[in-house]
Amino acid sequence: MKNFKTQSPSPKIRQQLTLQAMVWPALACMIVFTYLPFYGLTVAFKNYSVMDTMQTSKWVGMQNFLTAFKDQFFWNSVLNTLGISFLKLLIGFPLPIIIAVLMWNMKGMFKNAVGIILYLPHFLSWVVLGGMMTSWLATTGILSKFLVGVGVLSAPGNFLINANQYWWVAVLSDVWKETGWNTIIYTAALTGIDPTYYEAARIDGAGKLRQFWYITLPMIRRIIALNFILTIGGLLNSNLDQAMVLINPLNRSKAEVINSYVYTVGLQQGDFGYSTAVGLFVSVISLILVLVTNFVTKKLNDNETVF
Amino acid sequence: MMAETASVQVKKHVKIRENQVFNAVTAFFLLLFSLVILIPVWNVLVSSFSNAQELPNVTLWPRGFTLENYKAVFRDSSLAQAFGISTAKTVIGVVTHLAVTSMAAYAMSKSNLAGRKFYTALGIVTLFFSGGMVPTYLLYRQLGLLDNFMVFILPQLFSYYDMIIIMNFFRDIPPSLEESAQIDGASVWQMFTKIVLPLSKPVLATIALFNGVFQWNDYMTTKMFVNTKSLYPIQMKLYEIIVQSQTQSMNDLTAGAVLPTSTHSIQLATIVVTALPIIIVYPFLQKYFVSGMTLGAVKG
Repeated sequence: MKNFKTQSPSPKIRQQLTLQAMVWPALACMIVFTYLPFYGLTVAFKNYSVMDTMQTSKWVGMQNFLTAFKDQFFWNSVLNTLGISFLKLLIGFPLPIIIAVLMWNMKGMFKNAVGIILYLPHFLSWVVLGGMMTSWLATTGILSKFLVGVGVLSAPGNFLINANQYWWVAVLSDVWKETGWNTIIYTAALTGIDPTYYEAARIDGAGKLRQFWYITLPMIRRIIALNFILTIGGLLNSNLDQAMVLINPLNRSKAEVINSYVYTVGLQQGDFGYSTAVGLFVSVISLILVLVTNFVTKKLNDNETVF
Repeated sequence: MMAETASVQVKKHVKIRENQVFNAVTAFFLLLFSLVILIPVWNVLVSSFSNAQELPNVTLWPRGFTLENYKAVFRDSSLAQAFGISTAKTVIGVVTHLAVTSMAAYAMSKSNLAGRKFYTALGIVTLFFSGGMVPTYLLYRQLGLLDNFMVFILPQLFSYYDMIIIMNFFRDIPPSLEESAQIDGASVWQMFTKIVLPLSKPVLATIALFNGVFQWNDYMTTKMFVNTKSLYPIQMKLYEIIVQSQTQSMNDLTAGAVLPTSTHSIQLATIVVTALPIIIVYPFLQKYFVSGMTLGAVKG
């Protein structure tokens, strides 16, 4: 007992110390890069421009939010974000489900080859895709050639400089890029279905379409619901990477989304206080959106939340 | 009796026919989707090998075959440097991300870790909330990360989401392996580096791939936080070329010019060079990507 203090720490404590030390770097990262910026959110309630620091900037209460309410450029970016998101929901949500079911019916080499091709665009950056789009969508590009060839368009045109077509450009390019990748989650769910259900159905004389309607669809209902909630919660999330490449002076009125507006006003024009307020406002609305949809699906699904 | 069997036979026949039609229609649509992806990509590839003046006529085959566009790309020393920056940020980023994230994952996989609940709570918040663009910018400014290569590395050191995936993999390793090593006197660190890590190559490969693709493709970090051109990765370089050639084509439009300029050709060649590393490795590693995606979805 005498030399208790001079003893080295017990193996248990030493073990625990090593384990703790292994968490520290991660902990430091989270605190610095996620938690410290939360403090920066107070900027939303300040008049804070490029020349200011946290100390010199003045508190202005809700003024930045009131400005946002009266800012027609902000509301225009909200409108564009919502328009693009809804169209994306309409096309981009059901398409992966359909393709996953189609692919699941195929076997072997064909299935693998289709998989490799369909997942590929997900791995191209938006810069690469944006660069390719400037040549596809140009007046002399393949899209014009194709549409004129099949008689949909009477004369070739540049789709990127026509503001009225921008929403479709944004939606379809996003669908082109991500649809294949988004099938994976459904493919995984489909693989989890017990094949005996299908055997039983086949013996009872159900064709492929009936099998799809009465077995496949009910079995993947939950994952569809989960994805739906996530999509609704993300309605106000705009694709900044995409917007930054495709925006140009001629289509800006339809292409400016919330994120790109925050970027332009905040980082380019240096109005930190105001742009933080806009970002914070949109995040709070998004959060409410997720909570509400989760609540509604809970009610619809007999009190089972998907989260 | 005879009639009944006949009708069953007919029914069976109809079913088989229905299934065949179904399969044919399925194959047709999948082929169509594949072409919708392949043809545009192919078009860019053949355009990059075409003479600038012939670009408007290129659809599926190069016109006026030339390597000039690629020569111009490789002659530009700033592009070579950007390639170097991209490679450095990808390699250093992936290695450090794996080190920090897997270390934390190992500690968090032990249920006797003191404060585990607290760490979990801290981590889950990072999955759903962030300070946003401007607060992040202000923080980086204060930390001196603006115009600094470390802005590509430090914020990406740790991801709670990746940690969950790695942690779940660690948990599936039979505890008996570590127990016997412990009896032989191995320290925690030795068990982590000598036993657990070597057994976890599949999950580490998956995370490395996702992180690597992110690092290679990311350009917003540069756009937001880096102004020094010598720090531009290849994606940012390509972004500049695209913006430049778009402005040019808009000027051409107002000036009434029809012929594309060589900027377009160089843009096409740069696109191919930028996307090439990913397109080359992607088919071989596709199964890791897919498994990673489902790992995260099912377990996370």
